[in-house]
Amino acid sequence: DKVLHIVPETFQQVQHLQLLCNTLMLDLWKPLLPEDIRAGEDLHIRVPAPLVQEVKDSLDQHMISHRVLIPDVQKLVDQSMPRERSSHRQVSRGYVYTEYHPMEEIYQWMTQIQKNNSELVTQHFLGKTFENRTMYYLQISQPKNKPKKIIWMDCGIHAREWISPAFCQWFVKEILRNYKTDPKISRFLQNLELYVLPVLNIDGYIYSWEKDRLWRKNRSPYENGTCYGTDLNRNFNSSWGSVGVSSNCSSDVFCGSGPESEPETRAVAQFIKSKKSDILCYLTIHSYGQLILTPYGSTTKPPSNNEELMRVAKEAAAALTGKYGTSYRVGSTALILYSNSGSSRDWAHTIGIPLSYTFELRDTGTHGFILPANQIQPTCEETM
Amino acid sequence: DIDGVGHKYCLELELEDVLDKGSTVSCTAEVLYQLGSTSTAPDVQVAVAGELRGTEEADKEFYHRIRSLEKELVAENIPDSHGNVPPELEPIHLLAGVASGYVIWQNSTENTKFHLAQVKHVKQVKRSDEDLQFDFVVLLHEMVSQ
Repeated sequence: DKVLHIVPETFQQVQHLQLLCNTLMLDLWKPLLPEDIRAGEDLHIRVPAPLVQEVKDSLDQHMISHRVLIPDVQKLVDQSMPRERSSHRQVSRGYVYTEYHPMEEIYQWMTQIQKNNSELVTQHFLGKTFENRTMYYLQISQPKNKPKKIIWMDCGIHAREWISPAFCQWFVKEILRNYKTDPKISRFLQNLELYVLPVLNIDGYIYSWEKDRLWRKNRSPYENGTCYGTDLNRNFNSSWGSVGVSSNCSSDVFCGSGPESEPETRAVAQFIKSKKSDILCYLTIHSYGQLILTPYGSTTKPPSNNEELMRVAKEAAAALTGKYGTSYRVGSTALILYSNSGSSRDWAHTIGIPLSYTFELRDTGTHGFILPANQIQPTCEETM
Repeated sequence: DIDGVGHKYCLELELEDVLDKGSTVSCTAEVLYQLGSTSTAPDVQVAVAGELRGTEEADKEFYHRIRSLEKELVAENIPDSHGNVPPELEPIHLLAGVASGYVIWQNSTENTKFHLAQVKHVKQVKRSDEDLQFDFVVLLHEMVSQ
């Protein structure tokens, strides 16, 4: 595949290029949409190998000058892949929590974690992704001597936020290593159950490893397979589709064809609904921004228990800062970030879960989504 | 709020030296977002209280290193998926940051928050004079898609 660089000179050329893009369904890298092609502005199109000659001929025919920006896309993709990873990774003892792991290794890790900690951990089926991969969550609980409330935490709803699944894994590891010796954790587990979903958007996560590091959405196709991905955090049934979303599939905040249109969303929603009277706290982990966000995103009207929500969040932020000085801001999404609807956190709160938070982990933009692995440890430690 | 003109923000900031963390300089700035016009860049005035560290040595070293390359420099995905930047590409990464800063400024409004997410591609452009020229394709993330 090649990426061509074209600067259309006239409106006719623009029109011809738009026609070309639409009929051949070419992958526009810049601008995002054919309707944004302008005369005098850079155009970058990825042309699949079998179509290169046809496209070049068509451009020549219309006297549209072009040059090759990237002669071999596959070569670039291959070059940008991480170096050889050692094939045997002993999990839980040798599992390296200070590195990012591909999904296959995370699946293996879950199996090992349950095996090595079977008195405390059970792996459960949650649902299937669009590409038919199994979603598992881990239940961490001591033998029930009394009814216990539940804390749910999910990571990796957005594919590119790699620090998020890394945190879920770290969290599980810390709990399991220290529950016997750390009085806080042991008291925790005496009174509560923890449910952890290490990667919610599995298809997207894999895609961000294999194809596009900055992918955000899931991988369900729309418009006859010409456009992929719903933003799962706009797909929940809370003021769905009202604000901070796009109905255009090619947008990063495409909210899907309806609330819970995506299998991943349904899998999570169904489960949480079934347990909602026992769930005390819903946590969803994202990056980046260093924020603890409370409901709501779709309105600035505060939730009924806002005082409690804020108090708990502020204490959490203070504890976090106490570790390495990292500062987190606390508040409702609509007030400190921007408006959005259909988020999992808002939905959890509206169905009655009192404490519902989005954590946006490090950093604040220097590295953004591509947080270096050497920050996994401090980030996770402070967030614990 | 300036009637008929726009919104002006008066800021006090601390600049941290990217190459010498812990070294900071105070500055003040005035940013004016013009009313109605979202296609003009905000007007920015900055006053630095103190000296910005000179970078002539590092600049020279970089310049000579690039000039002595046999082929024009080409690189992709800075940083890589795991956040790593090879040391020899660090200056390129910084240059991209500066260039992105300009682009971000030109496209900023009161409601945007841009960051450089990744340098997708950089290619050195061959020149007949002694200047260095680089062609960057950068990915800028706008907070709204968080």
